[in-house]
Amino acid sequence: MNRISSIFQNCRREKRAALIIFAEAGYPNLAQSEQDIDTAIENGADIIELGIPFSDPMADGPVISSAGQTAIENGANLQNILEMAARIRQRHPDTGLVLFSYFNVMYNYGLEALCAELQRIGVDGILAVDLPLEERDELLAPCRAHNLHLIPLVSPATSPERARAIVQDVTGFVYYVSVRGITGARAAMPPELAQNLAMLREISPVPVVVGFGIASGESAHAVAECADGVVVGSAFVSACTAPGQAATLVRTLRAGCAKENS
Amino acid sequence: MNTHYGIYGGQYIAETLMPTLKELERQYFLAKEDPAFQAELDDLLKHYVGRESPLYHAKRLSEFCGGAQIYLKREDLNHTGAHKVNNTLGQVLLARRMGCKRLIAETGAGMHGVATATMAALFGMPCEVFMGAVDVERQAPNVERMECLGTTVRSITEGSATLKDAMNAAIREWTATAPETFYVIGTVAGPYPYPMMVKDFQAVIGHEARRQCLEQTGKLPEEVIACVGGGSNAMGIFAGFENDPSVRLTGVEAGGEGVSTGNHAASINGGQVGILHGAKTYLLQRSDGQVTPTYSVSAGLDYPGVGPEHAYWADLGKAHYEVINDDEAIDAFDTLCRLEGIIPALESSHAVAQALKSAPRRAKSDVIIVNLSGRGDKDMENIREWKKQHR
Repeated sequence: MNRISSIFQNCRREKRAALIIFAEAGYPNLAQSEQDIDTAIENGADIIELGIPFSDPMADGPVISSAGQTAIENGANLQNILEMAARIRQRHPDTGLVLFSYFNVMYNYGLEALCAELQRIGVDGILAVDLPLEERDELLAPCRAHNLHLIPLVSPATSPERARAIVQDVTGFVYYVSVRGITGARAAMPPELAQNLAMLREISPVPVVVGFGIASGESAHAVAECADGVVVGSAFVSACTAPGQAATLVRTLRAGCAKENS
Repeated sequence: MNTHYGIYGGQYIAETLMPTLKELERQYFLAKEDPAFQAELDDLLKHYVGRESPLYHAKRLSEFCGGAQIYLKREDLNHTGAHKVNNTLGQVLLARRMGCKRLIAETGAGMHGVATATMAALFGMPCEVFMGAVDVERQAPNVERMECLGTTVRSITEGSATLKDAMNAAIREWTATAPETFYVIGTVAGPYPYPMMVKDFQAVIGHEARRQCLEQTGKLPEEVIACVGGGSNAMGIFAGFENDPSVRLTGVEAGGEGVSTGNHAASINGGQVGILHGAKTYLLQRSDGQVTPTYSVSAGLDYPGVGPEHAYWADLGKAHYEVINDDEAIDAFDTLCRLEGIIPALESSHAVAQALKSAPRRAKSDVIIVNLSGRGDKDMENIREWKKQHR
């Protein structure tokens, strides 16, 4: 069984949602972000989304945008982030690793070369935020050839019919965007979230995780009740600026992932 | 529906916006087939925008070059002072038809912002325009015009604080507020259907110019020249001649301080294929896929990408893309002012400069049409500054 499937199976056995932490790789610099990712894993993250900074992050709010800008200024690029990913994989053989970025960064590396390298390193999947169903075949072919999951996004704007087309034949997991909008912490989850998730989980052949706006143990807990996984990004990136805060946040989030009603 | 131009174009955008783009495409095709929509568009183009715009034989400029006859397509005489209004009128009529409650737009030089703000006032819709902080500074008169018209200008300080960052901010706002908010894109860039839609709305320039040229000279032009930032004025005038293989189509990119210096905005001549703002196209970027800051004295050409159909046409050789540097554009600006009493926008001055190069190499019986896409009032301060630093 592949690593991502095992992770979700373990989580089901432990009656909890998987905790997925998005880290902006190279923020504030490469060495520090490598430590922060270790911290996230050691404190309970099941899967790491390795954010590759991009100069024009049009789906991101201010926290991740400015972190990305700092990372680029401090020398992060896809090449040295892949080297970091290889070291993380060696230290943490059971943690899920997903490359998360905008398509231009991947395209310029060369899609075939990138997928071959990710397979060699032991990265499990790729998520490109600006690669919808209509454009994904270009990346899907090399992903399949190299045994990588191409993680699709579904949003509250997606119709059930379209969602069916998106999740058909998907491997790994499906990422449900909780709100219409960009990344960043929000005070409350939208009321229709549970209903939309129930529909999506019914049609999806793989687990469904929820991201965008989740920043605390409470909001993680609210989402964990109706999803297979909880993604936290901006709140983690913010926490990385203060020593000790990232560990505390991840432990709180991990506690929040417990399911009461399953 | 084919959403690509060869390998270029497409819809590289967040899933949240995909349903909005599909609906936009559907509604656009319905509007295009609706005689009432076309009639209202034509009526406003005539009585509000002031079309058709003249095709003017610039005799003194032609004599100065000593070769081909240069004709200027006077888009600078449109209401709001540039070609941009052709597109904003079309898009805002579409927005109203779709029941959208609010408009947003990005702007570089401010001409598209002003044209959108104008339509927002005309149709009584609230409007916010996103503009890079650097451009807010160097195009201050246009900021005042937008504010007079009741539009809120949001100054964007992130990244290079120019047009591309304004567009990032506009797309974020759109992601959070579509479909109630309509995003009025100012050029033939962005995800499909925008490149097609903006071309269609700007094609009026080319269709008029072709007919006017036949009327005035009895033949088609040998060459049509237009500046290319995103490329809407160029695509608009080229559209009238794209089925005339004898007509050379020349797009002019901004060379800034020279393509070899790295300080330029010539995406086709100095870039590689990449993906930005929803489309695959030529981009100015580092080898690791980070988009690089661009430079041009002209704010309206200061953009790291180019409309995807231009990228396709460049590969096909259907149009040719030349480079004009800052100093050549400024010289052409001066020449047109002094010889013809016409103050062109710095963007359009790039096209004039290319005509000054091409005309002397051509026979006196040849005809060149230059798309004079906008007027230069907004650039006075900018040109004075540039001359102070360089001359």
